[in-house]
Amino acid sequence: MTADGVRVSPAVRAFSEDVLGRVASGARFCELFASAEAGGARLVAVLADGGALDSETVVVPDEEGQFPSLTPRLPAAAWYEREIHDLFGMEPVGHGRLDPLILPLAAGSPRPRPGSGKPLDPVEIDVSPLPAHLRGEGVFTIPYGPVRSGVFESIEYLVETPGEDIPHLRTRVFHKHRGVEIRFEGMDVEAGALLAERCEGVASVAHAIAYCGAIERLAGVEVPEAAGLVRVIHAELERVANHLESVIRHAEAAGQAVAYARLTLHKERVQRLRARLCGSRFGRGVVIPGGVSGAPQLGAGDLFAAIDQIDGPARGDLRLLMATPSFVDRLRGTGVIPPELAQQYAAIGPVGRGSGQMEDVRFARPYAAYGRLGHQLLEPRLEGDALARQRVRLDEIAGAFHLIRQAVDRLDQVTRGAPGWTVPFDISLSGQALGWAEAPQGEVLYYVASEEGRLVRVKPRSASFHNLGLFHAAFPKDVLTDFAFIEASFGLSIAGVAS
Amino acid sequence: MPWIPRGLREGIVTSRYPRRPDGYGEGFRGTMVVHSGRDGDHRIALAAEVCPTEAISIEHGQPRLDRGRCILCGRCAEVCPQVFGFDPSFETSAVRREALVVPDEHEDDEAVEKVRVELGRRVKALRRSVHIRHVDAGSDGAEEWEVAALTNPVYDVQRLGVFFTASPRHADLLVATGVGTAGMLEPLRETYDVMPDPKVVIAAGVDAISGGLVGGGYAARSGLTDSLPVDVFVPGSPPTPFGLLHGILLAVGLLPAGARRGQRPSNIRSLVRTERSAPGPASPEDPPREAGP
Repeated sequence: MTADGVRVSPAVRAFSEDVLGRVASGARFCELFASAEAGGARLVAVLADGGALDSETVVVPDEEGQFPSLTPRLPAAAWYEREIHDLFGMEPVGHGRLDPLILPLAAGSPRPRPGSGKPLDPVEIDVSPLPAHLRGEGVFTIPYGPVRSGVFESIEYLVETPGEDIPHLRTRVFHKHRGVEIRFEGMDVEAGALLAERCEGVASVAHAIAYCGAIERLAGVEVPEAAGLVRVIHAELERVANHLESVIRHAEAAGQAVAYARLTLHKERVQRLRARLCGSRFGRGVVIPGGVSGAPQLGAGDLFAAIDQIDGPARGDLRLLMATPSFVDRLRGTGVIPPELAQQYAAIGPVGRGSGQMEDVRFARPYAAYGRLGHQLLEPRLEGDALARQRVRLDEIAGAFHLIRQAVDRLDQVTRGAPGWTVPFDISLSGQALGWAEAPQGEVLYYVASEEGRLVRVKPRSASFHNLGLFHAAFPKDVLTDFAFIEASFGLSIAGVAS
Repeated sequence: MPWIPRGLREGIVTSRYPRRPDGYGEGFRGTMVVHSGRDGDHRIALAAEVCPTEAISIEHGQPRLDRGRCILCGRCAEVCPQVFGFDPSFETSAVRREALVVPDEHEDDEAVEKVRVELGRRVKALRRSVHIRHVDAGSDGAEEWEVAALTNPVYDVQRLGVFFTASPRHADLLVATGVGTAGMLEPLRETYDVMPDPKVVIAAGVDAISGGLVGGGYAARSGLTDSLPVDVFVPGSPPTPFGLLHGILLAVGLLPAGARRGQRPSNIRSLVRTERSAPGPASPEDPPREAGP
């Protein structure tokens, strides 16, 4: 959809065509974001092609203030363009649905414009309820949230329904928007890692790895092998905890009380093991720019014993759960995302892998010590339902334990010498770089720009943000009672969506 | 059917806290303590400088650390290890914001006791059973895991008469997390308003207490203390389930004497001793049952 009759310079038009062309020829769309520059805003589209990441970029001058929307041909860009519209006021022409997403600013309020280096006073937002989209006899709207029934993160789903089906669902995520991107600006590169851990608290390790990966790429250093192995151990424990959390929420929704109790016990054991390794139940403070903060507080023997104590019982319970018909029946055929749709939305993580999008960053673009460890390729799944996503998670839990055991074993050998835990580098860095990691929710990306050791622009892109844009499409065949299962099967964190 | 033996397989895994001390053991970053040891003024000043949340101040030459701001990153302990150090204690919640600043000053004690007694009078009716409504007002998501963990078999708060409820109209206690985002202030306020009296508010985590590392931007407040009348402050980033449990019991006056003075961990020594003497590879949730406090 070109923008006829609007001022769009040839360069900006060429940018859009280039991105769409690359996607048409098989590249995976990863993200689109903007960054304020003198006299305009730079658009950056990140694409994954085979193993490599690269980007297309263009500056949109302020006097133009618009660019041709990618969304009509690339649905995956829809939320990114809405986000850019919220933060910069730039208009993606031809988008079709430019409702506020993360920041419904009141009329006349200034835009945050991340990257400009100008702190913004608290903004006024407009939280008025949305008008109904659907019309018809007996159609009404059920608002779920933002205060949910249970201990959940705040988010609002508007379900428009004639009674049981869910023909239309809208997601409002702005409630939790904290303005984290701008909080990075002006920090030193080391403090930035602490903030990255708090973008999406349940995936602290993955965020810290992705952030630190960008810093290390900027510095041109590689972390020591021992540090890479410690990163793997913590990242995989985080994956196990998150995947168990997803299964726990399914079990809770299905009223499987014993399974709920057993699985929450296993998850607690994982969290305690993480605390025994580093002092934090979320692995915070482990991953630092240049390596890790130190050796695990447990030796290899204790660590193997602790892993055995979790792995065996958890796997037994999960196997039984997947053989419990009253549970599996709730997942089979629920929340189907056909592979074509998943591809259009460039779905990632377990959501993508349940629908045939198999890319896993750990092995496609190895980081930390993943390149040195063996892994089994997942069986491709094409069903696209909640059950497929669940099976992906169970396979990944098994894979995570396999990786942890290898990493502990290797770490034990490496630490017989005197390993370095960090690689020294000059922290007064200038330039920009991308970093990545496979969080439990999927690929996390960090764009980091620094000037002499001060962060000038950091754009975290969580898998949760990327995948939630697809959420509304999972409901055509489902009814209200399936909602909890579909939500749990996405396994996303709202803090990461609206950060 | 096959689930029944599964539920029985491991016997009782539930903690006995608060009747018996319990914890995660040595090496756990429960809280940051300020030792009386000297480490050179310049090192203390350096610690204050490297703190990313400005939690450390120097008053009359003495270092003071605000646990309501501390995110437990340990940067201070790296540059000034004689004075700042991690401690596995989790009994750090307090009924006054000022009491989170350690080492506490003696005149604080009286004020804290007064607030506690007043709170105790207000919540008398809640002692047999208390219903909690949780609201996320801009957390990083980890807090929700820790609040939800209270219902797992290890903490099992139902054993103490503590329940979670969906409706704020049935709730006695509001557990609020997060920095206070612009979009959540109104829903948070509405939730609080419809709760019946008497009601108690717990600010859970440094984000909720002070905004932590994240708060204070264009879209977020610096914590919830301006938005709600907070009764109990539970520090931590995120607070641990035991820390939250301590805060909840403190809020409803159910803590046994001795465990009440959160800011001065009373049972650490016994806790550490029993952890050490535990035979074999103790299971992580196995509380030190034999040794009393």
